[in-house]
Amino acid sequence: MVAPKTIIEKIWDEHVVYREDGKPDLLYIDLHLVHEVTSPQAFEGLRQKGRKVRRPDLTFATMDHNVPTVNRFVIEDEVAKNQMTALERNCREFGVPLADLNSPEQGIVHVIGPELGLTQPGKTIVCGDSHTSTHGAFGALAFGIGTSEVEHVLATQTLWQHRPKTMQVNVTGSLATGVSAKDVILAIIGKFGVDFGTGYVLEFTGDVIRRMSMEERMTICNMSIEAGARAGLIAPDDVTFAYLRGRKYAPKGEAFEQAVEKWKQLRTDEGAVYDRVVHIDGSEIAPTVTWGTTPAMSSPIDGTVPYPEQFATETEQKAVQLALEYMGLKPGMKMTDIAVQHVFIGSCTNSRMSDLREAAQIVKGKKVAPGVRALVVPGSQQVKKQAEEEGIAQIFIDAGFEWRDSGCSMCLGMNPDTVPAGEHCASTSNRNFEGRQGKGARTHLVSPAMAAAAAIYGHFVDVRTLYQEVVR
Amino acid sequence: MEPFVVHKGKVAGLDRANVDTDQIIPKQFLKRIERTGFGRFLFYDWRYLPDGTPNPHFELNRPENEGATILVANENFGCGSSREHAPWALADYGFRAIIAPSFADIFYNNCLKNSLLPIKLPKEDVAYLLKQAERSDYELTISLEQQVVFDEEGFTSSFDIDPYRKQLLLKGWDEIDLTFVYEPYIIAYEKARS
Repeated sequence: MVAPKTIIEKIWDEHVVYREDGKPDLLYIDLHLVHEVTSPQAFEGLRQKGRKVRRPDLTFATMDHNVPTVNRFVIEDEVAKNQMTALERNCREFGVPLADLNSPEQGIVHVIGPELGLTQPGKTIVCGDSHTSTHGAFGALAFGIGTSEVEHVLATQTLWQHRPKTMQVNVTGSLATGVSAKDVILAIIGKFGVDFGTGYVLEFTGDVIRRMSMEERMTICNMSIEAGARAGLIAPDDVTFAYLRGRKYAPKGEAFEQAVEKWKQLRTDEGAVYDRVVHIDGSEIAPTVTWGTTPAMSSPIDGTVPYPEQFATETEQKAVQLALEYMGLKPGMKMTDIAVQHVFIGSCTNSRMSDLREAAQIVKGKKVAPGVRALVVPGSQQVKKQAEEEGIAQIFIDAGFEWRDSGCSMCLGMNPDTVPAGEHCASTSNRNFEGRQGKGARTHLVSPAMAAAAAIYGHFVDVRTLYQEVVR
Repeated sequence: MEPFVVHKGKVAGLDRANVDTDQIIPKQFLKRIERTGFGRFLFYDWRYLPDGTPNPHFELNRPENEGATILVANENFGCGSSREHAPWALADYGFRAIIAPSFADIFYNNCLKNSLLPIKLPKEDVAYLLKQAERSDYELTISLEQQVVFDEEGFTSSFDIDPYRKQLLLKGWDEIDLTFVYEPYIIAYEKARS
């Protein structure tokens, strides 16, 4: 009898090209996504050694990190422009398909992979970007790599990797109205910490996860890296198959039905043992806002900014002290009293259609508060087009939001979209690190609905109360 | 890659947990297409005041840390972004090794590709080294061959490293060259799946 396996082990074993004691496994990579920031040195490495890209057909490139989201063809930053030109040149020279700024398929690499059907269950997927974990939502093993590894994959289509440890993250119960996938992952990281996933691949399970749409699942898996995990994934089901049907690069016709039969095997067997299991009750999760400089430094919206003394160790107390100084927040302050000057709805975490719909529902018929600058940056040109066709874009524009072209934008501020020093930003992105959105910028991570509400009121608001008003 | 066998050098302490790669090398410096020259941007936002002068309160700007080649830090060092610019900046600044109780996975791997040795030591040993690093004359020796870190005052601590990675570092081998040795297996795998 074959020993029961987790989905993680199944995908891993399927991709081992070579195994030897005392060595990592040589793992085959099914899909390599490439963007402008972490690839130029890798292509240059190939050129210097006279090497080729082994499988350009399994490689796909786009530009997202640097791109301006207004007047996208006028790139004033010469260094950024140079990096995008380098990607164009490299893709041409090595035969790699590229969705450039002219392409209707351009967008954030982790938004377009799924959108184009490149992301599929059971695949091994890598990209020189830590948020590659997003693709795990489809039951793929997807992880971020450095530039040396990008070069290694370009040259060999493989990576030497140690078999990861496995962890089940079980989310039971049901979510209250106004509580979203973003709140779930923030609550998980808040409860277990920013490094509980180090060395592990996480499998998210439980009723809350099963009821989620693909886009919500992507939000969950996206932030696995903020828990330190090598990857996060969710076993595919009918929701996954329905999403993929008809996508550009997904199998077609009979081949699709055959693929679905194969994908259905991608589940953790009864009796399979994880190295660790953690549990969280979804019913207890509230809309969540970060107050500090790591994604674990968060509070339910009806809570308060903590006192450093509430933390157990000296290292934690010092970290909280530094974080509160950086954020300009006082212990004991209500989360709903934190005023914001900027709102950013976008990033590979929350820039898809359902995110924009969720935010638009709050915004509809209202105005952005005076003194607040609010941006919506769709994750891809396809999302942008669809939102314009559905009238979602107009809701934002009428309320006073800026409606932009797609890209990573204010999530990391590599392009001109940044937050000035000392100002607070309600952001649907994934990192609230010091300086992430601009030097001295004060980032609060929230869901799209919470960001939208903050834009309207000028401070954080419990969206559960807003939904109650809608119901009445 | 430059081989790493034995290194003796001065120690600098950075007693902070969860130092992320956005701090190690801020985003505005990721637009360059070279692998070299990132050292001057290392810890940029902590290291320099808004007027561009060195921040005297930042650990690495203290006179006793000048010329340090070994960095000691706290838990989860290198978390966040996968940017290899982080180890490039640390190596270019002059560091040959980083010692911490734990590292983020991607950062750890990226260091190994750049002959910058990440060393995991028990928390109490790291605490001791952080204390010692406050002195201006404190030096450590690292032997990768022996997998041990020691000083001349009786401190010694051994560390684990994957034998495959150790071999690559000791020899300074190019990993891609080595993988090409296994190309017949890659071809066979591709054939079996097509």
